[in-house]
Amino acid sequence: MGDAVFAAAARASGGFVLVLLGGIIVSLFIGGLPAFRRFGVGFITNTDWDPVKQIFGAGVSIYGTLVTSVLALILAIPLAFGIAFYLTELAPAWLRRPVGTAVELLAAIPSIIYGMWGFFVIVPLMGQIIEPWVIDTFGDIPVLGVLFQGPPFGTGIFTAALILSIMVIPFIAATMRDVFETVPPVYKESAYGLGCTTWEVMRSIVLPYTRVSVMGGVMLGLGRALGETMAVTFVIGNTDRISSSLFGPGNTIASIVALEFPESPAGSLKLASLLALGFILFVISFIVLAISRLLLRTRLRP
Amino acid sequence: MSASTPGSIARGPRRDEGIAHRLARRRKRRNLIVAGLCIAATVLGLVLLASILITLLWLGGGGLSTTVFTTVTRPPGSHGGLLNAIIGTLIQTVIGTVIGTPIGMMVGTYLAEYGGNSVFAGVIRYVSDVLLSAPSILIGLFIYQLIVSPMGGFSGIAGSLALAVIVIPIVVRTTEDMLRLIPTSLREAAVGLGAPKWKVITFVCYRAARDGIVTGILLAVARIAGETAPLLFTSLGNLNWSLSLARPMASLPVTIYQYAGSAFSDWVQLAWTGALLITVGVLATNIIARTALRGRG
Repeated sequence: MGDAVFAAAARASGGFVLVLLGGIIVSLFIGGLPAFRRFGVGFITNTDWDPVKQIFGAGVSIYGTLVTSVLALILAIPLAFGIAFYLTELAPAWLRRPVGTAVELLAAIPSIIYGMWGFFVIVPLMGQIIEPWVIDTFGDIPVLGVLFQGPPFGTGIFTAALILSIMVIPFIAATMRDVFETVPPVYKESAYGLGCTTWEVMRSIVLPYTRVSVMGGVMLGLGRALGETMAVTFVIGNTDRISSSLFGPGNTIASIVALEFPESPAGSLKLASLLALGFILFVISFIVLAISRLLLRTRLRP
Repeated sequence: MSASTPGSIARGPRRDEGIAHRLARRRKRRNLIVAGLCIAATVLGLVLLASILITLLWLGGGGLSTTVFTTVTRPPGSHGGLLNAIIGTLIQTVIGTVIGTPIGMMVGTYLAEYGGNSVFAGVIRYVSDVLLSAPSILIGLFIYQLIVSPMGGFSGIAGSLALAVIVIPIVVRTTEDMLRLIPTSLREAAVGLGAPKWKVITFVCYRAARDGIVTGILLAVARIAGETAPLLFTSLGNLNWSLSLARPMASLPVTIYQYAGSAFSDWVQLAWTGALLITVGVLATNIIARTALRGRG
């Protein structure tokens, strides 16, 4: 009797998780339905966001979300790889745990703290020193220079990507470290026995062996970066148009939802558009996270 | 040394000592460069962590005083504190944990003890893993649609529920992992004594896995205590003193968000102090949880 009740409760709880996921998808879709009905598929590509004319499009925020996240990954991957390589192969044994813990603590800091730190420390640094220098140096290069032109606000797409990269480094580094440690020692020892250097072992043995899982770790970082809200909200600059310059202001899906929500009365088309944006963000991050889990499952779950 | 004499059998390419030496030097140099870059990357990571902590101590530590803990938020210039925000965060974190933990533990128990490798269990595991990394702002929007909108207003209970949704997958993960670590012989011994399965799980397995499960709960607490985005759409924040779960409720992260973006220097100062408090709390909880887990080996 007790057994049957307990088993049923456990099974029901398992089912509840599925209901939860379904509930999130359905509630966002229903909430966003008025916007989808009004604007159709064009909602995704439309770059207008005009509360006065009641025209809303997701183009600018989807662009901002993708550009900041990809840029963040480009910045984060080499650093995360360096940290994981250091922690698995290079660091003396007594340093591994404290340094590993410090990197994990970087992941535990709440995102709003990254936002404040970014706003009060990184934005002035970018606006007064780094961006003016880059604009002066690279702004005159034909074609490519467009990416670096414009006034140095300090806030903007690039600063958001920079903060995001700092936030995802610990996730990618921790995953990489875990998968690097799954390489059978005998493979590495054989290579060392042939006279390989540490770097050659990493490049020719460890990386090929863990390739799939490393991609999984990177996708996990991407999933994190796509939906990050508070840190981006502080430094993105909140503009409803696409800027050609990386230093220009913009918006991401998460930041526009957080920033515009207080000015969206219940039942308005604007609120529906924000919920529709939430639905799009959910679909994008669900796909990315699902791929990440698929890639990681083989390795981390023996 | 057998110097190759002309006319002897082919021995493959001759080893040129000079080239071999230069090649070895080049490989070693490349190795050193990569190692140097990796150390630089790690140092950069540590510097960033230090920079955040020092900034918080520098800017937040200066505003630490008893008024922060004894006074509620007040209009700019009137020496307010953060009492309602601190209490609000405590209330919502506790309720969120209390609601989310049993559900998460039951799911973890199902995955470890009942589901095994069945398709249903596989799907749940997969979905739970995805929820673990799902953007928290979407969970806020979900609870807004589910609770805030039908009830006609923001409330502390809505905020707590949003946090509970975040707790569930974290607890699922650690509960399953910890239960799987328990040797089967322990279960068999209990079953051999005639204990029904539910008693084996609750009285034997849970006890054996207690430290690990508690670690998971502590990590979940640390995670939700600093969450801002889901609370923006659920408990909203409240600048007045209110303990009612049916009304909007203040929380440290949301108050920090409101104050940090304001133009008043005393509000910005309070935001930094709040940021210091929440970071110290979150990091301390993390370190305690990790130390407890390490003690178990």
